[in-house]
Formats: sequence, C-alpha cells, structure tokens
Amino acid sequence: MKLKELESCLQQVDVFEEPKILFEQYPTSPHIAACMLYTIQSTFDDISGKIVADLGCGCGVLSVGAAMLDAGFCVGFDIDNEALEIFRRNAEEFEISNVDLVQCDLCSLEAGAYANKFDTVIMNPPFGTKHNQGMDMKFLQAALTMAKKAVYSLHKTSTREVKLRYDLPASYKFHKKKSVDIHVDFLRFSNL
Amino acid sequence: MKLLTHNMLTSHVKGVTKGYPLLIKATEVKVNEVDFNPQFVSRMIPKLEWSALVQALGQRQDLPGELVADYEKDDEFLKKVHRVLLEVEVVEGCLQCPESGREFPISRGIPNMLLNEDEV
Repeated sequence: MKLKELESCLQQVDVFEEPKILFEQYPTSPHIAACMLYTIQSTFDDISGKIVADLGCGCGVLSVGAAMLDAGFCVGFDIDNEALEIFRRNAEEFEISNVDLVQCDLCSLEAGAYANKFDTVIMNPPFGTKHNQGMDMKFLQAALTMAKKAVYSLHKTSTREVKLRYDLPASYKFHKKKSVDIHVDFLRFSNL
Repeated sequence: MKLLTHNMLTSHVKGVTKGYPLLIKATEVKVNEVDFNPQFVSRMIPKLEWSALVQALGQRQDLPGELVADYEKDDEFLKKVHRVLLEVEVVEGCLQCPESGREFPISRGIPNMLLNEDEV
C-alpha cells in the first residue's frame, strides 16, 4: 500500500466526539499516523505479520493503519470505554477482524505485565502536562516491557526529547526521525 | 475478546500472587472469519501459554493437551489453532481471577481490566 493511499484511508477513521482533558485525548492526525506507520513498515519491517500493541489507542487510528499494513494481530489498550467504543465501530466499518481491545490503566500496570508479549509497540501517548506529569514516561516504561523488538512513539516538543534522554534505560538505543510536522518527534526504541 | 488476547491477560488485584489464567465465563460467543496466516500462527505458538489456551476452551476443545512436534508443517493443526486464537470471540461475559474470584466484565467484546482504588 502506498503512503498516500494509507493516509486517505485513515482520514475516514472517526475520532473523539468529546475529548476528555483528564486523559489528554487528542487524535493522531491521519497524516502523522500514516507517515509513522509507513516508515515503521518500509524501513524496519516491524508491522507486517507482527503482533502489535497500540498503547493509549483512543479511537484506533494507529491500529487501523497497522491492520492495513498487514499486521498479524493488533491489541489496542486504553483506559476510556467511550474511546474504545469508537475504536470498535471504526474496526467494524473498516472490516478489520484481527484487532482486539482491552480496557486498562497503563499507568498502574504491575511491573512485568505483558512482558515481551508483543513484537512491536506503537503509541501516541499522553504528553504529560501539569496534571499528569510523567504520564508519557509511564507509558514508555510499559511499552519497553511489552515489546520484544521495538517501540515507536510520538513525543511533542524538544524539551520532551531531553527528558527522554535522561530517563531512558541504558540498555535501549533510540533513533529520532523528524516528522514532516515540526511539532512532533517520532522516536524508535529498540531492544539491544 | 479473542483467545490470543485472553492468553496474555492476568489479574493484578492487590495481594493476588497467581492471577493467571483467568477463568472465562462467557454468555455470548461468536466466530468471526479472519484471514489465515500460517507463518503468523507458527510464530505465535511458542509464545503462548499452551495449557492456558487448552483450559480456556474447556469441553469444546479439540486441541491436544501437549503441543505436537513439527506443528509448523501441519497445516490442519495450524488452521485449528488459528481458529481458536483469532476467530473465536467472547462478546459478553466476564473473566474471573483464579485466586481472588474478582470478576472483570466483558462487554461488546472488550474486557474491562480496570481496578478500583482499594485493589491496586
């Protein structure tokens, strides 16, 4: 599938009806989602035939895109049942049958939960503003536990990147790819 | 909820040491067709908790209690596992923690694993 084709499909994905500030809900734009997924597949071959987790999946744009790029199976995790309900409807409309959804709180996961159960983790986590500081790092910790091969994550602003450099366990390396959109950094973490 | 997902879910209620595997109490189950990908199924099999999968199927199961040798060459077997892992879906019901008895509801195919404050 071509990048443009993927992007135009993802424009059909329904997003939040009433985003909740508490969960920092904002949709991943079809453009960013398509660029991110296309790169993950074409450069790293980490989607096709893989078992993928989408953390803080919301309405599911990343999972729907992963399914279109022939993911073996994709599980979306989110705390909010209303977002998951929209995701479920999206999956139905796109006739995607190899996704599953789990409602859970990724910030209170026990250490080691879902350890290495997934090949790849994709996510656009909450950025962690003043009411939920460190939220993005909790997501990242969970993601690094869950992924056997690589974690792909979107992070806002350059200050975030500095933070990541500090908090990152020494056993992981990460690559940064500047998105076309200058406000977002696309990071790849791979297990050494 | 598909059984592949069930295979990785654990109850983390406070104080519970063995929250796996969760007991499935289904009131509605459906079978959805999913494209068969033998390579994917072969890759998943060694990652599974096989006994939990067999247990999840209960009486309805026709999978061997022990994994067969050379399963990656056995297309019939892979198809069976594919069906069980990806096509069978629990739509309504609940998952029960084997130790605490806590029930996690499944509604419209989505298991709710959220814990109350006093359970964390």
